[in-house]
Amino acid sequence: MKKQPGSVWVIAEQIDCRILDVSLQLIAHARKLAIELETSVEAVLLGDKMNEQTRQLFAAGADRVYLGNAPDLAHYQPEIYTEIIVKLAKERQPEIVLIGSTSMGRELAPLVAARLGTGLTAHCIDLVLDENKILESIIPAYGGLLSIICPEKRPQMATIAAGVFPKPEMDENRTGEIIALEVPDDIPRRIQTLEIIREKPQGVSFESAPIVVAGGAGAGDLEGWRKIADLAETLNAALGATRPAVDEGWAELETMVGQSGKIVSPELYIGVGLSGELQHMVGIVGAKVMVAINNDAKSPVFEQVDYGVVDDCREFVPVLINKIKEYQEKLVTC
Amino acid sequence: MLKIVVCVKAVPDPKEAHKIKIDPATKILTRSDVPFVLNLVDKNAMEAALQLKEQLDAHITILSMGPPPADNIVKECLALGADQGFLLSDRAFGGADAYATAYTLAKGIEKIGPYDVVLCGMASSDGSTEWVGPEMATFLKIPVVTRVNEIVEYDGEWWKVKAGLENGYRLVRVKLPAVFTVTRDLNTPRSLTFSGIIKARKKEITQWGIDELAVPEESAGQKGSPTIISNLATIDSKRTVEIITGTREEKAEQLVQKLADTGLI
Ligand SMILES: Cc1cc2nc3c(=O)[nH]c(=O)nc-3n(C[C@H](O)[C@H](O)[C@H](O)COP(=O)(O)OP(=O)(O)OC[C@H]3O[C@@H](n4cnc5c(N)ncnc54)[C@H](O)[C@@H]3O)c2cc1C
Repeated sequence: MKKQPGSVWVIAEQIDCRILDVSLQLIAHARKLAIELETSVEAVLLGDKMNEQTRQLFAAGADRVYLGNAPDLAHYQPEIYTEIIVKLAKERQPEIVLIGSTSMGRELAPLVAARLGTGLTAHCIDLVLDENKILESIIPAYGGLLSIICPEKRPQMATIAAGVFPKPEMDENRTGEIIALEVPDDIPRRIQTLEIIREKPQGVSFESAPIVVAGGAGAGDLEGWRKIADLAETLNAALGATRPAVDEGWAELETMVGQSGKIVSPELYIGVGLSGELQHMVGIVGAKVMVAINNDAKSPVFEQVDYGVVDDCREFVPVLINKIKEYQEKLVTC
Repeated sequence: MLKIVVCVKAVPDPKEAHKIKIDPATKILTRSDVPFVLNLVDKNAMEAALQLKEQLDAHITILSMGPPPADNIVKECLALGADQGFLLSDRAFGGADAYATAYTLAKGIEKIGPYDVVLCGMASSDGSTEWVGPEMATFLKIPVVTRVNEIVEYDGEWWKVKAGLENGYRLVRVKLPAVFTVTRDLNTPRSLTFSGIIKARKKEITQWGIDELAVPEESAGQKGSPTIISNLATIDSKRTVEIITGTREEKAEQLVQKLADTGLI
């Protein structure tokens, strides 16, 4: 008889008792994988006084929630979180474990994977099952899409950014089983989180912005970058960056758009001084209209957009800003 | 004395890395002579080590795993002021994923001897996983803090660091020995100096292969990697572009018109 496959797990995440959207998106996708695998979806949730919030996990598609409720778990603590998840995984033997590519997930996932001696794929843009029902993690590389598999070791683990999978339909009538987790008392305490500071994000947030302006290496310097930032401000758009722009120190890491950064779904995307490399472009999902401004007519970015302007962005962008302002003023006076 | 190990990686120059393509039919990487350079954020790890050495009695060891030409980046770090360098290089280490890389580096660190602090860049430009630091810490059975952007306190056995979070940071107290992965925000890396390059000529780079490390063959390189590449597909993200032409003014005007037509501005 064929062995019943283990469940599909999602390590859910909460910040200040709010379940993150990415956790719900992953649960909904885990549901699809679980149906194909003929197994169940289980979420692991660690926090303090989180009973009520488990309903969202069920509504998104979880069959079972392993719930750790303790003051010690209120926020991410690497040693305790790792220990609890590793112990549970050894006991329950999940087939697949999915984690959001958040700052917690990016640290916790490799800690868990290394302890379990298994493989982990980073910041995937899709997860499917192959003909042998092995998980294929899709990532962009070398101008194409690579499938990465973990053929032998279990569980198969992957991290995925918010927005890769759509917002789930919530079925408020779904319920499931809650299994309480104990907090082990023999944990080394070599890392202590003393304080967590969250600042209000500056500028327009990616989640709500209908327009994203993204700038790249073509900005040339900080002055060139400021012009792109001005364009974003004029359009009330969120300002994204490619990796070189982050590396140069013009933009914050948190604003990097792409495979290893944020996944955004604006209606309008304007890419300025960037080359349209796949790792960046996969970060823009389902944009209705795409525009590129690049001084190289042969740049691959022009094959991926609806409107292109071939020009030096440092010269063109200020002119564009003026024209937009003129247009905006006309709108107001009409 | 504070013993620091800095793990660095030779990566294809990111400015030219787009030239490396896979032929979708043959699934073979198109040969290109993209040069190897020191991974950008590893320079910040290196700089952190140098600044610590300026403040404390410290000794800096460079550790890298890679093909023989990677000894150039180890040399670069020696020229910046590191005291000794090790390169883990062996055919058997080839094709390693993050797990096998972290395992091999951990074995290297153990062989080098006692250490207090291991510094690495947050991620490499070619893999971008961020896994190696935490996985290495796991194999070394020591704590790790990822995305460190400020070292607040560094005297004594417990350090205090700030690490990046979505829209903020966490302040963490951590007991040495520990691994720290650092971001570009930590510091501004210094440049090479001529005298540094001269001094580095006398410093030795030790090369270790699989036998010296006593890593079992099935734990190294591709054999030791739980993940493998199974497939490559091309993607079709093409749109039909309309290139807007004219003078700068005209182009701007037309573009505004196009955007206005969509009703999005
Ligand atoms: C595993 C992995 C993960 C990655 N993840 C990401 C990610 O999440 N996000 C990301 O962005 N990148 C990521 N990258 C990097 C990515 O592959 C590209 O290197 C990067 O997106 C290129 O950024 P760019 O277009 O700004 O720079 P470049 O490719 O250097 O392009 C600059 C463009 O600007 C144009 N230009 C130059 N001067 C001007 C000017 N004056 N006016 C107008 N145009 C000008 C040039 O013609 C060129 O097309 C990743 C890479 C790897 C290997």
